[in-house]
Amino acid sequence: MKKLPKILFFLAAACLLMLFVFPMWQITLIAPQYPDGVTMYIWINKITGSTEGTLQNINILNHYVGMKYIEPDSIPELKYFPYIVGAMALIGMALAWTGKRTLWVIWLGVLFVLCVAGMYDFYLWEYDYGHNLDPTAPIKIPGMAYQPPLIGNKLLLNFLAKSWPYIGGWFIGVSFLLGGLALWFQKKNIIEV
Amino acid sequence: MKNLPSPFQLFLAAGLTLAFLVFAGCAQTGQQGSGGGALSGDAASKVYVAPGEHDEFYSFISGGFSGQLSVYGLPSGRLFRVIPVFSVDAEKGYGFNEETKPLLNTSHGFIPWDDAHHPELSQTNGETDGRWCFINGNNTPRVARIDLSVFETVETIELPNSGGNHSSPFTTENTEYVVAGTRFSVPIPQKDMRISDYAGNFKGALSFIKVDKETGKMNVEFQVLMPGFDYDLAHAGKNKSHGWMFFTTYNTEEKNSLLEVNASQNDKDFIAAVNWKKAEEYLAQGKAKDFPANYMHNYFDESTQMATSKLITSVKVLDPADCPGLVYFLPTPKSPHGVDVDPTGEYIIGSGKLSTDLTAHSFTNMLKAIDEKKFDGDKYGIPVLQYEAVVGGVVKEPGLGPLHTEFDNNGNAYTSFFISSEVVKWKVGTWEVLDRIPTYYSIGHLMVPGGDTKKPQGKYLVALNKITKDRYLPTGPELTQSAQLIDISGDKMQLLLDFPTIGEPHYAQGISADRVKPKSKQFFKLSENMHPYKTTSEKDTRVVREGNVVRVYMTTIRSHFAPDNIEGFKVGDKVYFHVTNLEQDFDVPHGFAVMGANNAELLIMPGQTETLLWEPKKEGVFPFYCTDFCSALHQEMQGYLRVSAANSPTALKWWTGTEPAVQ
Repeated sequence: MKKLPKILFFLAAACLLMLFVFPMWQITLIAPQYPDGVTMYIWINKITGSTEGTLQNINILNHYVGMKYIEPDSIPELKYFPYIVGAMALIGMALAWTGKRTLWVIWLGVLFVLCVAGMYDFYLWEYDYGHNLDPTAPIKIPGMAYQPPLIGNKLLLNFLAKSWPYIGGWFIGVSFLLGGLALWFQKKNIIEV
Repeated sequence: MKNLPSPFQLFLAAGLTLAFLVFAGCAQTGQQGSGGGALSGDAASKVYVAPGEHDEFYSFISGGFSGQLSVYGLPSGRLFRVIPVFSVDAEKGYGFNEETKPLLNTSHGFIPWDDAHHPELSQTNGETDGRWCFINGNNTPRVARIDLSVFETVETIELPNSGGNHSSPFTTENTEYVVAGTRFSVPIPQKDMRISDYAGNFKGALSFIKVDKETGKMNVEFQVLMPGFDYDLAHAGKNKSHGWMFFTTYNTEEKNSLLEVNASQNDKDFIAAVNWKKAEEYLAQGKAKDFPANYMHNYFDESTQMATSKLITSVKVLDPADCPGLVYFLPTPKSPHGVDVDPTGEYIIGSGKLSTDLTAHSFTNMLKAIDEKKFDGDKYGIPVLQYEAVVGGVVKEPGLGPLHTEFDNNGNAYTSFFISSEVVKWKVGTWEVLDRIPTYYSIGHLMVPGGDTKKPQGKYLVALNKITKDRYLPTGPELTQSAQLIDISGDKMQLLLDFPTIGEPHYAQGISADRVKPKSKQFFKLSENMHPYKTTSEKDTRVVREGNVVRVYMTTIRSHFAPDNIEGFKVGDKVYFHVTNLEQDFDVPHGFAVMGANNAELLIMPGQTETLLWEPKKEGVFPFYCTDFCSALHQEMQGYLRVSAANSPTALKWWTGTEPAVQ
């Protein structure tokens, strides 16, 4: 039982590696002409779609209202996110063996700050895409912005936009959960000892 | 006395009453005839496929003299698509764009039309597999292959030594071969000779087209050189009779004029049983002779999305006189039309169209008769088997003018009767008539999904009618032909629906939707486009002049062309617009039409490249635009082409958005 908190914390850190395997976020657009919906996946290092052509299809839709093209190459975050996530995971796994409670709390705190910062960054990008519209756009609706929801569902003209965490994102949640459990079991161990 | 009716008046009154009764009686019979079932309430619900729901079956119905193949859903009878095969189709640019033109090439040159009779689905283990549909061109003998992942014609092959490809393209159990028997015998090889020297000098060729297992690619593997009869229809053996192909014949009288009389004299004509496995042995032994020939093979390459034509100059021919055991004749009454093999492969049903009976030959009897040499002489070296030795059963007086038979999965057969205009259901083996239902009017072929395979899917029967007379709203002298859907799931056949068809429907095929639907392609991947003139990005769009040939590498995406302004064309140029549709989404084709083009539009599927030839004849500025409503800004999807005098110095220049200072 003594090893359990360490294992849990190790797994908490390892969960972050799942971000290299699964997208962290998904945005789905639904309209009658798109019975299957159009789904965009945001990874830590790229943006993909449910099909090879999805990103192009979203860009085609967006250009009518003057939104910028989503070009993954022009988003710097996608270049350095993998390093941050990779470093956090490695550091976390190393800290697991120290068993030092303070370091664990700090690590979880840093992860939390990073997540909040990431969401804020995501919001800024969404705001930019939704508000920074081409003045020569074919369709202009006074007062209308096309910012997708940070999290949740929102109607944008004829499209219902749904923005929710995806598998990679769920693992961040699991990471917090496991980290919390590690702290809790460790505390129990101390009391029992 | 004056007020009493005279005997004449009484007689008149009685006569009128009688006439009324007879008329009323007829009207009642007529009403019963028009379908008992169709008038009862549940017929409508049986064919109702709710909006947004899918049909249970695809049916492929030949377009006859339209040269096309139509695709309907069953049981709704809704038309989904008309696939151009042997006839040009301006709507789809088929036969007009540079990519598909070669599919209509023949040794006689480009032929924009044919008469398409018999669709036949590819089979695996005797069941329809939903990969390809073959169809014959009757007039200039050809066979086409349609790929059911794209519902497009992808291959056509001309048949040498043939004069009307009617007994075609029936397939064997594993689509080893599709056959093509000539309806009209001709001099082989062709030569200038007196028509009246027909008998003994004209020959009929039965072609066996080999189909590649993986690619579907066709090749005339060999021909069997037959006497100068008319080879009408065919069907392959199955199960125990797998390895044999059966062809009906008429005009065994070998006449060349007034055939309606002269070819109806013999009491019995033949079903020719061809042992194609034996033919393969003879082929391997080198028994085939190479005959000089001239026929075209046209193949549409999936990766380049382009068809090319190849002229073939020789064909392997087997002469049955030199190949014992290759062909036998089964005497069959009165100019048999359809020949249909029951799902077990035991019975070969010959529909003697001038006979009052249906003849079922037994395959077992046939093998025994061959073994025991029960021959009634021979015809040009081909043994004629004794009728009594091969016949397995006779359906006595089922109707008038039997043409074709299909089967269900419960041992029943359904035969169409042209003259008595009905479908008759009978039992295979007991030969008893079980039920009959009228058709409106003059049925030709009939179809049960999988009804000519080892495993019929049953449930429905489609009657394909030649004449509709008063059945629909009139449309002037030319009236539609029709198909009628009949429920065969119960003991009694029930008419459910009738619907108009494209051109004249001959044969049809049906297949459950789940064998086709999952393979249907949504769009072409741009990354797999190997067209030599493709443009995969707007950055690469350009205009290139080579002498008076100008190539425009153009792209389309909602909602503009790139480039959409081009200057520097000259009168007398040959301009090729190679238009690539950059879309990568389901159901987003773009059209392309140029004012004054002497051909048709292009209709370009996502990821595809198509080419339109335009030869500007006058100076001016000519618009072009997208013809397929693609998006909210479709109406803005347009551009201009500037044509200058032949000797003008106007330089080539092209742009989208802002005119460049220099190109």
